[in-house]
Amino acid sequence: MAINWFKYASPATFYPLAGRMIPWFAWLAIILTLFGLYWGFFETPSILTDQKQYYRIIFVHVPAAWMSMWLYVVLAGWAIIGLVFNTRLSYMMAAAVAPTGAMFTFLSLWTGAFWGKTSWGTWWDWDPRMTSELILLFLYVGYMALHSAIDDTRRADRASALLAVVGVVLVPVIFWSINCPDPNQCAALHQQSSFKGVESNILLAMLVLSIAFWMYSFAVAFMRVRNIILERERNTQWVRELPEVCE
Amino acid sequence: MKPRQKRLVFALAALVGIAVAAVLITTALRSNLAYFFSPSQVAASEAPKDAVFRVGGLVREGSLKRDKDGLTVQFVVTDNAADVKVKYTGILPDLFKEGKGMVARGKLGKDGVFYAEEVLAKHDENYMPPEVASSLKTAHEAGAGNATRAVVQ
Repeated sequence: MAINWFKYASPATFYPLAGRMIPWFAWLAIILTLFGLYWGFFETPSILTDQKQYYRIIFVHVPAAWMSMWLYVVLAGWAIIGLVFNTRLSYMMAAAVAPTGAMFTFLSLWTGAFWGKTSWGTWWDWDPRMTSELILLFLYVGYMALHSAIDDTRRADRASALLAVVGVVLVPVIFWSINCPDPNQCAALHQQSSFKGVESNILLAMLVLSIAFWMYSFAVAFMRVRNIILERERNTQWVRELPEVCE
Repeated sequence: MKPRQKRLVFALAALVGIAVAAVLITTALRSNLAYFFSPSQVAASEAPKDAVFRVGGLVREGSLKRDKDGLTVQFVVTDNAADVKVKYTGILPDLFKEGKGMVARGKLGKDGVFYAEEVLAKHDENYMPPEVASSLKTAHEAGAGNATRAVVQ
């Protein structure tokens, strides 16, 4: 049986679908977060070769940093689909993802500052990865600001989508910003790390929390997109007939 | 071409352009991010005089000395080619250890000593408990030995 994907490109059909999916994603997010945090706090070594208990902030810091980049790719992906196919829902999804992406970017910078102060000895340094991540935060904020600065929704959608697409250039830069072959030859504080060098319990907690953050992002983006749909389609018949609107 | 196909071509062209830009920026970052000086460069007088700069390298084993006040420390930073003596008053970061990497910001004195205002430590790229890390190392060495033998056989 083929699923008619285009059916769900219409806000009227996507609105109830998103509503049905929210509880699933929300519960998965809660369960996985609790499991990941439990594993990270109680089932992992308390002392590493060079770091002590404080390294555990990795379980929030690294998944948040990954999400900040992934969500930007998702945002830009919706922006491209919107620009090419002129679908209203794609722009709404892009707008719905942006605040969550900005939140994760801020979270990774914030937790990184605490970690950096304890381990490296500074809250902030113009390390390539930190600098590019900060620019990513500005991009998210810039996207949202541009979108809300233009009154005509369709124009706002297109202009901010263009900004989002151009900004994709930053994601590979963040990802490959750690590129020093010998860490003692460069000033960069972040270092190339591979999964091989990470203890398996630490890795498990990190990956579980990443999935938890994904689930959270789905749930929150769907909640937000439902609000955006209601706001933009408020003059349509189907919105007026919704039970939650009629009352 | 239909307008939709035209836009698709435009979007693809833009993505290709963005990919090229990303590659260029990344390679530029790779070669230009030496915003610090190595002990060799300091020894060769390539570092600025009377200006704040950063020096980075390894803390030489056995070179860390603490003054009586408990806050002032002296150590030698090395890149295994040249050494620079560093003096610093303040709290050292948790990861600061002899034999490990560090970056210091400060000025070079007339006496050739680097007076640091800030000392940053670098972390290990491994997230392993000490016992696992050491056993992995032995296993790795043993495994490498076996592998060589297997190839030889």
